[in-house]
Amino acid sequence: MSALPALSTVPIDRCADLDLARIRAEFPILRQRVHGKPLVYLDNAASVQRPKAVIDAISDCYSSYYGNIHRGVHLLSERSTTAYEGAREKVRAFLNAASVQEIIFTRNTTESINLVASSFGGSVVKAGDEIVITGMEHHSNIVPWQMLCERTGAALKVVPFTDAGELILEEYERLLDSGRVKLVGVVHLSNALGTLNPVKAMIEMAHARGVPVLVDGAQSVPHLAVDVRELDCEFYAFSSHKIYGPAGVGVLYGKKALLEAMPPYQGGGDMISLVTFEKTTYADLPNKFEAGTPSIADVIGLGAALDWLNAIGLDAVAAHEHALLEYTTARLSEIPGLRLIGTARDKAALASFTMQGIHPHDIGTILDREGVAIRAGHHCAQPVMQRYGVPATARASFAVYNTHDEADVLVKALWKVKELFA
Amino acid sequence: MNDLRDLYQEVILDHNKRPRNFRIIEQPTHRAEGVNPLCGDRINVYLNIEDEVIKDITFQGAGCAISSASASLMTEALKGKPIGEIEHLFEAFHNVVTSDCECPHGLGKLSVLAGVRDYPSRVKCATLAWHAVRAALEEHKEPVATE
Repeated sequence: MSALPALSTVPIDRCADLDLARIRAEFPILRQRVHGKPLVYLDNAASVQRPKAVIDAISDCYSSYYGNIHRGVHLLSERSTTAYEGAREKVRAFLNAASVQEIIFTRNTTESINLVASSFGGSVVKAGDEIVITGMEHHSNIVPWQMLCERTGAALKVVPFTDAGELILEEYERLLDSGRVKLVGVVHLSNALGTLNPVKAMIEMAHARGVPVLVDGAQSVPHLAVDVRELDCEFYAFSSHKIYGPAGVGVLYGKKALLEAMPPYQGGGDMISLVTFEKTTYADLPNKFEAGTPSIADVIGLGAALDWLNAIGLDAVAAHEHALLEYTTARLSEIPGLRLIGTARDKAALASFTMQGIHPHDIGTILDREGVAIRAGHHCAQPVMQRYGVPATARASFAVYNTHDEADVLVKALWKVKELFA
Repeated sequence: MNDLRDLYQEVILDHNKRPRNFRIIEQPTHRAEGVNPLCGDRINVYLNIEDEVIKDITFQGAGCAISSASASLMTEALKGKPIGEIEHLFEAFHNVVTSDCECPHGLGKLSVLAGVRDYPSRVKCATLAWHAVRAALEEHKEPVATE
Protein backbone atom coordinates (compact mmCIF):
# COMPACT_ATOMS: atom_id res chain seq x y z
CA MET A 1 0.00 0.00 0.00
CA SER A 2 1.41 3.35 -0.87
CA ALA A 3 0.89 6.30 1.44
CA LEU A 4 -1.92 8.53 0.32
CA PRO A 5 -0.93 11.99 -0.82
CA ALA A 6 -1.54 14.85 1.57
CA LEU A 7 -4.94 16.48 1.08
CA SER A 8 -3.61 19.57 -0.56
CA THR A 9 -2.03 17.59 -3.38
CA VAL A 10 -5.25 15.89 -4.47
CA PRO A 11 -6.84 17.88 -7.27
CA ILE A 12 -10.51 18.44 -6.57
CA ASP A 13 -11.62 17.51 -10.10
CA ARG A 14 -10.46 13.94 -9.68
CA CYS A 15 -13.90 13.01 -8.40
CA ALA A 16 -14.94 13.37 -12.04
CA ASP A 17 -13.48 9.87 -12.43
CA LEU A 18 -16.61 8.49 -10.81
CA ASP A 19 -20.15 8.38 -12.14
CA LEU A 20 -21.70 9.38 -8.83
CA ALA A 21 -25.28 9.43 -10.13
CA ARG A 22 -24.92 5.83 -11.26
CA ILE A 23 -23.26 4.79 -8.01
CA ARG A 24 -25.96 6.45 -5.90
CA ALA A 25 -28.69 4.78 -7.96
CA GLU A 26 -27.34 1.44 -6.78
CA PHE A 27 -28.22 2.24 -3.15
CA PRO A 28 -31.99 1.91 -2.65
CA ILE A 29 -31.86 3.33 0.88
CA LEU A 30 -30.40 6.64 -0.30
CA ARG A 31 -33.54 7.49 -2.27
CA GLN A 32 -35.62 8.31 0.79
CA ARG A 33 -36.51 11.50 2.57
CA VAL A 34 -36.20 11.88 6.33
CA HIS A 35 -38.25 14.52 8.15
CA GLY A 36 -39.32 15.65 4.67
CA LYS A 37 -35.73 16.30 3.52
CA PRO A 38 -33.59 14.21 1.16
CA LEU A 39 -31.43 11.85 3.20
CA VAL A 40 -27.80 12.94 3.45
CA TYR A 41 -26.09 9.94 5.00
CA LEU A 42 -22.80 10.96 6.61
CA ASP A 43 -22.56 8.29 9.31
CA ASN A 44 -20.59 5.89 7.15
CA ALA A 45 -17.81 5.36 9.67
CA ALA A 46 -20.40 3.84 12.02
CA SER A 47 -21.88 1.65 9.33
CA VAL A 48 -22.06 2.20 5.59
CA GLN A 49 -25.07 1.44 3.37
CA ARG A 50 -25.18 -1.48 0.93
CA PRO A 51 -25.56 -1.47 -2.86
CA LYS A 52 -28.26 -3.57 -4.50
CA ALA A 53 -25.62 -6.06 -5.69
CA VAL A 54 -24.97 -7.01 -2.07
CA ILE A 55 -28.63 -7.13 -1.06
CA ASP A 56 -29.32 -9.29 -4.13
CA ALA A 57 -26.43 -11.65 -3.38
CA ILE A 58 -27.81 -12.32 0.11
CA SER A 59 -31.36 -12.63 -1.17
CA ASP A 60 -30.23 -14.94 -3.97
CA CYS A 61 -28.42 -17.22 -1.53
CA TYR A 62 -31.50 -17.60 0.65
CA SER A 63 -33.90 -17.84 -2.32
CA SER A 64 -32.04 -20.30 -4.46
CA TYR A 65 -29.18 -22.28 -2.96
CA TYR A 66 -28.84 -21.94 0.81
CA GLY A 67 -27.61 -24.96 2.75
CA ASN A 68 -25.13 -25.50 5.55
CA ILE A 69 -21.52 -25.60 4.46
CA HIS A 70 -18.71 -28.13 4.69
CA ARG A 71 -20.93 -31.05 5.63
CA GLY A 72 -23.67 -31.93 3.19
CA VAL A 73 -23.32 -34.13 0.12
CA HIS A 74 -26.44 -32.56 -1.32
CA LEU A 75 -26.41 -29.96 -4.05
CA LEU A 76 -27.47 -26.96 -1.97
CA SER A 77 -24.76 -27.59 0.61
CA GLU A 78 -22.19 -27.94 -2.14
CA ARG A 79 -23.32 -24.74 -3.83
CA SER A 80 -23.31 -22.81 -0.54
CA THR A 81 -19.86 -24.17 0.32
CA THR A 82 -18.53 -23.13 -3.08
CA ALA A 83 -19.97 -19.62 -2.72
CA TYR A 84 -18.74 -19.27 0.88
CA GLU A 85 -15.22 -20.41 0.03
CA GLY A 86 -15.39 -18.23 -3.09
CA ALA A 87 -15.93 -15.25 -0.83
CA ARG A 88 -12.86 -16.26 1.18
CA GLU A 89 -10.81 -16.20 -2.02
CA LYS A 90 -12.21 -12.73 -2.80
CA VAL A 91 -11.09 -11.48 0.62
CA ARG A 92 -7.66 -13.07 0.09
CA ALA A 93 -7.26 -11.31 -3.22
CA PHE A 94 -8.59 -8.04 -1.77
CA LEU A 95 -5.91 -8.04 0.95
CA ASN A 96 -3.32 -9.73 -1.28
CA ALA A 97 -2.81 -12.44 1.33
CA ALA A 98 -0.66 -15.40 0.33
CA SER A 99 -3.27 -18.05 1.05
CA VAL A 100 -6.99 -18.50 1.77
CA GLN A 101 -5.86 -20.35 4.89
CA GLU A 102 -4.88 -16.97 6.27
CA ILE A 103 -8.41 -15.56 6.02
CA ILE A 104 -10.62 -16.27 9.06
CA PHE A 105 -14.27 -15.22 9.09
CA THR A 106 -15.49 -13.82 12.40
CA ARG A 107 -18.51 -11.72 13.45
CA ASN A 108 -16.78 -8.35 13.23
CA THR A 109 -13.49 -6.53 13.84
CA THR A 110 -14.08 -6.75 17.58
CA GLU A 111 -14.27 -10.52 17.48
CA SER A 112 -11.20 -10.68 15.23
CA ILE A 113 -9.19 -8.72 17.81
CA ASN A 114 -10.60 -10.76 20.69
CA LEU A 115 -9.57 -13.91 18.84
CA VAL A 116 -5.96 -12.71 18.66
CA ALA A 117 -5.96 -11.42 22.25
CA SER A 118 -7.35 -14.68 23.54
CA SER A 119 -5.57 -17.24 21.37
CA PHE A 120 -2.25 -15.60 20.49
CA GLY A 121 -2.12 -13.37 23.59
CA GLY A 122 -3.27 -16.13 25.90
CA SER A 123 -0.49 -18.47 24.78
CA VAL A 124 2.37 -15.98 24.35
CA VAL A 125 1.87 -13.18 26.88
CA LYS A 126 3.08 -13.70 30.45
CA ALA A 127 3.36 -11.63 33.62
CA GLY A 128 5.80 -8.76 33.15
CA ASP A 129 5.29 -8.63 29.38
CA GLU A 130 3.93 -5.55 27.62
CA ILE A 131 1.32 -4.88 24.94
CA VAL A 132 1.68 -1.60 23.04
CA ILE A 133 -1.35 0.16 21.60
CA THR A 134 -1.92 3.79 20.64
CA GLY A 135 -3.88 6.57 22.30
CA MET A 136 -6.32 6.74 19.40
CA GLU A 137 -7.62 3.18 19.46
CA HIS A 138 -11.30 2.28 19.33
CA HIS A 139 -12.49 0.55 22.51
CA SER A 140 -12.37 -2.71 20.56
CA ASN A 141 -8.59 -2.44 20.34
CA ILE A 142 -8.22 -1.42 23.99
CA VAL A 143 -10.51 -3.58 26.10
CA PRO A 144 -9.45 -7.04 24.79
CA TRP A 145 -5.83 -6.14 25.66
CA GLN A 146 -6.81 -4.82 29.08
CA MET A 147 -8.62 -8.09 29.73
CA LEU A 148 -5.54 -10.02 28.58
CA CYS A 149 -3.32 -7.92 30.85
CA GLU A 150 -5.63 -8.55 33.81
CA ARG A 151 -5.51 -12.29 33.17
CA THR A 152 -1.77 -12.53 32.68
CA GLY A 153 -0.24 -9.71 34.71
CA ALA A 154 1.12 -8.04 31.58
CA ALA A 155 1.10 -4.24 31.22
CA LEU A 156 -0.62 -2.11 28.58
CA LYS A 157 1.51 0.72 27.15
CA VAL A 158 0.03 3.55 25.11
CA VAL A 159 1.69 5.55 22.33
CA PRO A 160 0.73 9.23 22.74
CA PHE A 161 -0.25 11.55 19.90
CA THR A 162 0.08 15.25 19.15
CA ASP A 163 -2.67 17.89 19.27
CA ALA A 164 -3.03 17.46 15.51
CA GLY A 165 -3.74 13.77 16.06
CA GLU A 166 -0.45 12.27 14.87
CA LEU A 167 1.28 9.47 16.74
CA ILE A 168 4.59 10.41 18.34
CA LEU A 169 6.85 7.78 16.80
CA GLU A 170 9.80 8.60 19.07
CA GLU A 171 7.62 7.59 22.02
CA TYR A 172 6.53 4.48 20.15
CA GLU A 173 10.17 3.53 19.59
CA ARG A 174 10.97 4.19 23.24
CA LEU A 175 8.15 1.84 24.31
CA LEU A 176 9.36 -0.85 21.88
CA ASP A 177 12.85 -0.61 23.33
CA SER A 178 11.75 -1.98 26.70
CA GLY A 179 12.43 -5.45 25.35
CA ARG A 180 9.27 -6.74 27.01
CA VAL A 181 6.77 -5.99 24.25
CA LYS A 182 4.96 -9.07 22.94
CA LEU A 183 2.53 -7.42 20.54
CA VAL A 184 1.66 -4.05 19.01
CA GLY A 185 -1.96 -3.16 18.22
CA VAL A 186 -2.51 -0.09 16.04
CA VAL A 187 -5.47 1.40 14.27
CA HIS A 188 -4.86 2.05 10.56
CA LEU A 189 -7.38 4.88 10.19
CA SER A 190 -8.72 6.48 13.38
CA ASN A 191 -12.51 6.52 13.57
CA ALA A 192 -12.49 9.51 15.93
CA LEU A 193 -9.83 11.68 14.26
CA GLY A 194 -9.55 10.50 10.67
CA THR A 195 -5.78 10.12 11.12
CA LEU A 196 -4.13 7.71 8.72
CA ASN A 197 -1.35 6.17 10.77
CA PRO A 198 2.07 5.27 9.27
CA VAL A 199 1.49 1.58 9.92
CA LYS A 200 4.11 0.33 7.47
CA ALA A 201 6.86 2.25 9.24
CA MET A 202 5.47 1.19 12.63
CA ILE A 203 5.48 -2.46 11.58
CA GLU A 204 9.09 -2.17 10.41
CA MET A 205 10.08 -0.62 13.74
CA ALA A 206 8.34 -3.41 15.64
CA HIS A 207 9.84 -6.14 13.45
CA ALA A 208 13.31 -4.73 14.00
CA ARG A 209 12.76 -5.80 17.62
CA GLY A 210 11.00 -9.06 16.79
CA VAL A 211 7.56 -7.79 17.84
CA PRO A 212 4.44 -8.85 15.87
CA VAL A 213 1.79 -6.28 14.91
CA LEU A 214 -2.00 -6.36 14.69
CA VAL A 215 -3.58 -3.65 12.54
CA ASP A 216 -7.20 -2.63 13.18
CA GLY A 217 -8.42 -1.97 9.67
CA ALA A 218 -12.12 -1.43 10.42
CA GLN A 219 -12.09 2.11 9.06
CA SER A 220 -9.34 1.86 6.47
CA VAL A 221 -10.39 -0.93 4.11
CA PRO A 222 -13.31 0.95 2.50
CA HIS A 223 -11.10 3.94 1.73
CA LEU A 224 -7.67 2.74 0.61
CA ALA A 225 -6.07 -0.31 -0.96
CA VAL A 226 -4.49 -2.59 1.64
CA ASP A 227 -1.79 -5.12 0.81
CA VAL A 228 -1.02 -7.23 3.87
CA ARG A 229 2.10 -8.70 2.32
CA GLU A 230 3.52 -5.29 1.55
CA LEU A 231 2.60 -4.07 5.05
CA ASP A 232 4.01 -7.33 6.44
CA CYS A 233 1.69 -7.14 9.48
CA GLU A 234 1.07 -10.34 11.44
CA PHE A 235 -2.68 -9.67 11.81
CA TYR A 236 -5.15 -7.41 10.03
CA ALA A 237 -8.80 -7.13 11.14
CA PHE A 238 -11.85 -5.56 9.51
CA SER A 239 -15.66 -5.68 9.40
CA SER A 240 -17.92 -6.34 6.45
CA HIS A 241 -20.50 -3.74 7.46
CA LYS A 242 -18.08 -0.86 6.97
CA ILE A 243 -17.10 -1.93 3.47
CA TYR A 244 -20.56 -2.09 1.82
CA GLY A 245 -21.18 -5.66 3.00
CA PRO A 246 -23.73 -6.99 5.47
CA ALA A 247 -23.36 -6.69 9.24
CA GLY A 248 -22.46 -9.80 11.21
CA VAL A 249 -19.27 -10.73 9.37
CA GLY A 250 -15.71 -9.79 10.19
CA VAL A 251 -12.35 -10.84 8.84
CA LEU A 252 -9.12 -11.70 10.53
CA TYR A 253 -6.05 -12.01 8.36
CA GLY A 254 -3.16 -13.74 10.10
CA LYS A 255 0.17 -15.03 8.90
CA LYS A 256 -0.15 -18.76 8.40
CA ALA A 257 2.74 -19.83 10.63
CA LEU A 258 1.30 -17.83 13.53
CA LEU A 259 -2.26 -19.05 13.03
CA GLU A 260 -1.03 -22.63 12.85
CA ALA A 261 0.82 -22.27 16.14
CA MET A 262 -2.14 -20.63 17.90
CA PRO A 263 -4.69 -22.68 19.87
CA PRO A 264 -8.34 -22.57 18.76
CA TYR A 265 -10.44 -19.63 19.99
CA GLN A 266 -13.78 -21.39 20.34
CA GLY A 267 -14.58 -25.07 20.27
CA GLY A 268 -17.45 -26.70 18.41
CA GLY A 269 -18.52 -28.02 15.07
CA ASP A 270 -16.64 -27.35 11.85
CA MET A 271 -13.33 -26.70 13.65
CA ILE A 272 -12.43 -30.34 14.28
CA SER A 273 -11.11 -33.23 12.25
CA LEU A 274 -11.81 -35.96 14.80
CA VAL A 275 -13.63 -35.94 18.12
CA THR A 276 -13.65 -38.70 20.69
CA PHE A 277 -14.39 -38.24 24.36
CA GLU A 278 -10.72 -38.78 25.07
CA LYS A 279 -9.24 -36.33 22.59
CA THR A 280 -10.12 -34.00 19.75
CA THR A 281 -7.95 -33.28 16.74
CA TYR A 282 -8.51 -29.80 15.37
CA ALA A 283 -9.20 -28.99 11.78
CA ASP A 284 -6.61 -27.28 9.60
CA LEU A 285 -6.71 -23.57 8.81
CA PRO A 286 -8.90 -21.69 8.38
CA ASN A 287 -11.61 -23.96 9.84
CA LYS A 288 -9.76 -24.29 13.13
CA PHE A 289 -10.90 -20.77 13.96
CA GLU A 290 -14.44 -21.01 12.58
CA ALA A 291 -16.38 -23.05 15.12
CA GLY A 292 -20.10 -23.45 14.46
CA THR A 293 -22.27 -22.52 11.51
CA PRO A 294 -21.18 -19.08 10.29
CA SER A 295 -23.35 -16.36 8.78
CA ILE A 296 -23.09 -18.02 5.36
CA ALA A 297 -25.21 -15.69 3.26
CA ASP A 298 -23.57 -12.65 4.82
CA VAL A 299 -20.07 -13.92 4.03
CA ILE A 300 -21.25 -14.38 0.44
CA GLY A 301 -22.65 -10.82 0.63
CA LEU A 302 -19.23 -9.57 1.69
CA GLY A 303 -17.76 -11.22 -1.38
CA ALA A 304 -20.29 -9.39 -3.53
CA ALA A 305 -19.41 -6.11 -1.79
CA LEU A 306 -15.72 -6.57 -2.59
CA ASP A 307 -16.56 -7.35 -6.24
CA TRP A 308 -18.64 -4.17 -6.35
CA LEU A 309 -15.92 -2.04 -4.78
CA ASN A 310 -13.20 -3.53 -6.99
CA ALA A 311 -15.26 -2.66 -10.07
CA ILE A 312 -15.15 1.01 -9.05
CA GLY A 313 -11.54 0.80 -7.93
CA LEU A 314 -10.21 1.86 -4.55
CA ASP A 315 -7.88 4.43 -6.08
CA ALA A 316 -10.85 6.26 -7.61
CA VAL A 317 -12.75 5.94 -4.31
CA ALA A 318 -9.83 7.36 -2.33
CA ALA A 319 -9.38 10.26 -4.73
CA HIS A 320 -13.06 11.17 -4.63
CA GLU A 321 -13.29 10.94 -0.85
CA HIS A 322 -10.12 12.97 -0.40
CA ALA A 323 -11.45 15.72 -2.59
CA LEU A 324 -14.71 15.65 -0.66
CA LEU A 325 -12.94 15.79 2.69
CA GLU A 326 -10.73 18.64 1.54
CA TYR A 327 -13.75 20.61 0.35
CA THR A 328 -15.77 19.89 3.50
CA THR A 329 -12.87 20.77 5.78
CA ALA A 330 -12.46 24.12 4.05
CA ARG A 331 -16.18 24.89 4.34
CA LEU A 332 -16.31 23.79 7.99
CA SER A 333 -13.37 26.04 8.79
CA GLU A 334 -15.46 29.05 7.72
CA ILE A 335 -17.90 28.48 10.59
CA PRO A 336 -16.92 30.60 13.63
CA GLY A 337 -16.46 28.57 16.80
CA LEU A 338 -16.15 25.28 14.93
CA ARG A 339 -13.09 23.31 16.03
CA LEU A 340 -11.80 20.38 14.00
CA ILE A 341 -10.70 17.50 16.20
CA GLY A 342 -7.97 15.74 14.27
CA THR A 343 -5.93 17.75 11.79
CA ALA A 344 -3.25 15.25 10.86
CA ARG A 345 -1.41 15.71 7.57
CA ASP A 346 -2.48 12.21 6.46
CA LYS A 347 -6.22 12.06 6.95
CA ALA A 348 -9.07 10.25 5.27
CA ALA A 349 -12.78 9.91 5.05
CA LEU A 350 -14.09 11.85 8.04
CA ALA A 351 -14.24 15.18 9.84
CA SER A 352 -14.69 15.22 13.61
CA PHE A 353 -15.54 18.58 15.19
CA THR A 354 -17.05 20.52 18.06
CA MET A 355 -18.89 23.86 18.07
CA GLN A 356 -18.34 26.35 20.84
CA GLY A 357 -21.14 26.31 23.39
CA ILE A 358 -23.14 23.68 21.52
CA HIS A 359 -23.11 20.04 22.52
CA PRO A 360 -22.59 17.50 19.70
CA HIS A 361 -25.89 15.81 20.57
CA ASP A 362 -27.76 19.01 19.90
CA ILE A 363 -25.87 19.37 16.62
CA GLY A 364 -26.86 15.80 15.73
CA THR A 365 -30.53 16.33 16.51
CA ILE A 366 -30.76 19.56 14.53
CA LEU A 367 -28.90 18.08 11.56
CA ASP A 368 -31.20 15.06 11.61
CA ARG A 369 -34.20 17.36 11.11
CA GLU A 370 -32.40 18.72 8.03
CA GLY A 371 -32.06 15.17 6.69
CA VAL A 372 -28.38 14.92 7.59
CA ALA A 373 -27.30 11.79 9.51
CA ILE A 374 -24.06 12.21 11.44
CA ARG A 375 -22.62 10.62 14.55
CA ALA A 376 -22.55 12.59 17.78
CA GLY A 377 -20.82 11.02 20.73
CA HIS A 378 -17.53 9.58 21.91
CA HIS A 379 -17.18 7.21 18.93
CA CYS A 380 -16.22 4.33 21.23
CA ALA A 381 -12.93 6.17 21.71
CA GLN A 382 -13.35 7.82 25.11
CA PRO A 383 -9.57 8.17 25.69
CA VAL A 384 -9.41 10.32 22.54
CA MET A 385 -12.19 12.55 23.91
CA GLN A 386 -10.32 12.83 27.22
CA ARG A 387 -7.13 13.75 25.31
CA TYR A 388 -8.91 16.76 23.79
CA GLY A 389 -10.93 17.58 26.91
CA VAL A 390 -14.30 17.21 25.19
CA PRO A 391 -17.16 14.91 26.21
CA ALA A 392 -18.02 14.13 22.62
CA THR A 393 -17.63 15.31 19.04
CA ALA A 394 -19.83 15.52 15.98
CA ARG A 395 -18.51 13.45 13.09
CA ALA A 396 -19.34 13.54 9.41
CA SER A 397 -17.91 10.52 7.63
CA PHE A 398 -17.91 9.85 3.91
CA ALA A 399 -18.49 6.96 1.58
CA VAL A 400 -18.00 6.71 -2.17
CA TYR A 401 -21.63 7.75 -2.79
CA ASN A 402 -21.40 11.11 -1.02
CA THR A 403 -21.32 14.27 -3.09
CA HIS A 404 -20.11 17.84 -2.81
CA ASP A 405 -23.76 18.91 -2.79
CA GLU A 406 -24.28 16.82 0.33
CA ALA A 407 -21.30 18.50 1.95
CA ASP A 408 -23.02 21.80 1.20
CA VAL A 409 -26.24 20.57 2.87
CA LEU A 410 -24.19 19.60 5.93
CA VAL A 411 -22.50 22.99 6.14
CA LYS A 412 -25.75 24.88 5.60
CA ALA A 413 -27.38 22.85 8.38
CA LEU A 414 -24.46 23.67 10.70
CA TRP A 415 -25.03 27.36 10.08
CA LYS A 416 -28.64 26.73 11.15
CA VAL A 417 -27.36 25.15 14.35
CA LYS A 418 -25.41 28.33 15.06
CA GLU A 419 -28.45 30.44 14.33
CA LEU A 420 -30.65 28.43 16.70
CA PHE A 421 -28.12 28.59 19.51
CA ALA A 422 -27.08 32.19 18.87
CA MET B 1 -36.69 25.02 11.93
CA ASN B 2 -40.17 25.46 13.41
CA ASP B 3 -40.46 21.94 14.77
CA LEU B 4 -36.94 22.28 16.17
CA ARG B 5 -38.20 25.28 18.11
CA ASP B 6 -40.67 22.92 19.80
CA LEU B 7 -37.68 21.10 21.21
CA TYR B 8 -35.28 23.99 21.65
CA GLN B 9 -37.67 26.46 23.26
CA GLU B 10 -36.36 29.79 24.46
CA VAL B 11 -36.58 28.70 28.09
CA ILE B 12 -34.41 25.67 27.32
CA LEU B 13 -31.86 27.66 25.36
CA ASP B 14 -31.74 30.19 28.19
CA HIS B 15 -31.23 27.56 30.91
CA ASN B 16 -28.57 25.90 28.75
CA LYS B 17 -26.68 29.14 28.35
CA ARG B 18 -27.20 30.33 31.93
CA PRO B 19 -27.85 27.26 34.05
CA ARG B 20 -29.36 28.04 37.48
CA ASN B 21 -27.90 26.54 40.65
CA PHE B 22 -24.83 25.53 38.67
CA ARG B 23 -22.38 25.17 41.54
CA ILE B 24 -21.02 22.70 44.05
CA ILE B 25 -22.36 22.45 47.62
CA GLU B 26 -19.23 21.92 49.71
CA GLN B 27 -20.82 19.73 52.36
CA PRO B 28 -24.01 18.29 50.92
CA THR B 29 -26.16 15.89 52.86
CA HIS B 30 -26.68 13.96 49.65
CA ARG B 31 -24.92 13.78 46.31
CA ALA B 32 -24.70 11.51 43.26
CA GLU B 33 -23.23 11.35 39.79
CA GLY B 34 -25.32 10.54 36.76
CA VAL B 35 -23.73 9.28 33.56
CA ASN B 36 -25.15 8.55 30.16
CA PRO B 37 -22.85 5.82 28.84
CA LEU B 38 -24.13 6.30 25.30
CA CYS B 39 -22.80 9.83 25.01
CA GLY B 40 -20.43 10.13 27.94
CA ASP B 41 -22.37 12.98 29.54
CA ARG B 42 -21.80 13.36 33.26
CA ILE B 43 -23.73 15.34 35.81
CA ASN B 44 -23.22 15.72 39.55
CA VAL B 45 -26.10 16.76 41.79
CA TYR B 46 -25.71 18.05 45.33
CA LEU B 47 -28.49 18.37 47.91
CA ASN B 48 -28.87 19.81 51.37
CA ILE B 49 -31.85 18.19 53.02
CA GLU B 50 -33.13 19.29 56.42
CA ASP B 51 -36.22 17.88 58.08
CA GLU B 52 -37.18 16.03 54.89
CA VAL B 53 -37.15 19.28 52.91
CA ILE B 54 -34.77 20.19 50.08
CA LYS B 55 -33.15 23.35 51.40
CA ASP B 56 -30.64 23.58 48.55
CA ILE B 57 -30.02 21.67 45.33
CA THR B 58 -27.30 22.31 42.76
CA PHE B 59 -25.59 20.57 39.88
CA GLN B 60 -22.38 20.58 37.86
CA GLY B 61 -21.28 18.76 34.77
CA ALA B 62 -21.14 18.76 31.02
CA GLY B 63 -24.06 17.80 28.88
CA CYS B 64 -26.17 18.71 25.90
CA ALA B 65 -28.66 21.57 25.96
CA ILE B 66 -31.48 19.22 26.88
CA SER B 67 -29.71 17.60 29.83
CA SER B 68 -28.25 20.90 31.09
CA ALA B 69 -31.54 22.77 30.84
CA SER B 70 -33.43 19.88 32.37
CA ALA B 71 -31.01 19.78 35.32
CA SER B 72 -31.25 23.52 35.75
CA LEU B 73 -35.05 23.51 35.61
CA MET B 74 -35.17 20.56 37.97
CA THR B 75 -33.13 22.34 40.64
CA GLU B 76 -35.52 25.29 40.45
CA ALA B 77 -38.53 22.99 40.68
CA LEU B 78 -37.24 20.95 43.61
CA LYS B 79 -35.76 23.66 45.82
CA GLY B 80 -37.91 24.02 48.94
CA LYS B 81 -39.98 20.91 48.19
CA PRO B 82 -40.43 18.09 50.70
CA ILE B 83 -38.52 15.03 49.49
CA GLY B 84 -41.78 13.10 49.52
CA GLU B 85 -42.85 15.04 46.42
CA ILE B 86 -39.85 14.11 44.27
CA GLU B 87 -41.17 10.75 43.10
CA HIS B 88 -44.52 12.22 42.16
CA LEU B 89 -42.90 15.08 40.22
CA PHE B 90 -40.48 12.74 38.48
CA GLU B 91 -43.30 10.47 37.42
CA ALA B 92 -45.29 13.37 36.03
CA PHE B 93 -42.20 14.73 34.28
CA HIS B 94 -41.31 11.34 32.82
CA ASN B 95 -44.83 11.01 31.43
CA VAL B 96 -44.59 14.41 29.81
CA VAL B 97 -41.30 13.63 28.02
CA THR B 98 -42.29 10.15 26.90
CA SER B 99 -45.99 10.17 26.05
CA ASP B 100 -48.63 12.30 24.42
CA CYS B 101 -50.51 12.83 27.66
CA GLU B 102 -51.84 16.22 28.61
CA CYS B 103 -49.34 18.11 30.71
CA PRO B 104 -50.42 17.60 34.32
CA HIS B 105 -50.81 20.64 36.49
CA GLY B 106 -48.08 21.47 38.92
CA LEU B 107 -45.17 20.80 36.56
CA GLY B 108 -44.74 24.48 35.89
CA LYS B 109 -41.74 25.36 33.74
CA LEU B 110 -40.70 21.71 33.54
CA SER B 111 -43.35 21.25 30.88
CA VAL B 112 -41.21 23.16 28.35
CA LEU B 113 -39.36 19.89 27.92
CA ALA B 114 -42.48 18.20 26.53
CA GLY B 115 -41.03 18.58 23.02
CA VAL B 116 -38.54 15.82 23.87
CA ARG B 117 -41.32 13.26 23.34
CA ASP B 118 -40.86 13.65 19.57
CA TYR B 119 -37.14 12.82 19.92
CA PRO B 120 -37.01 9.40 21.60
CA SER B 121 -33.20 9.29 21.49
CA ARG B 122 -33.11 12.40 23.67
CA VAL B 123 -35.39 11.25 26.51
CA LYS B 124 -32.36 10.01 28.45
CA CYS B 125 -30.82 13.47 28.22
CA ALA B 126 -33.92 14.99 29.81
CA THR B 127 -34.10 12.47 32.63
CA LEU B 128 -30.38 12.19 33.52
CA ALA B 129 -30.43 14.77 36.34
CA TRP B 130 -33.59 13.25 37.79
CA HIS B 131 -32.00 9.81 37.90
CA ALA B 132 -29.05 11.36 39.70
CA VAL B 133 -31.29 12.97 42.33
CA ARG B 134 -33.09 9.72 42.98
CA ALA B 135 -29.71 7.98 43.29
CA ALA B 136 -28.53 10.65 45.73
CA LEU B 137 -31.51 10.03 47.96
CA GLU B 138 -30.84 6.30 47.85
CA GLU B 139 -27.20 7.12 48.67
CA HIS B 140 -25.67 5.31 45.72
CA LYS B 141 -21.90 5.21 45.93
CA GLU B 142 -21.41 4.37 42.25
CA PRO B 143 -22.46 6.73 39.46
CA VAL B 144 -25.97 5.98 38.29
CA ALA B 145 -26.34 5.31 34.57
CA THR B 146 -29.26 5.94 32.27
CA GLU B 147 -28.66 2.55 30.62
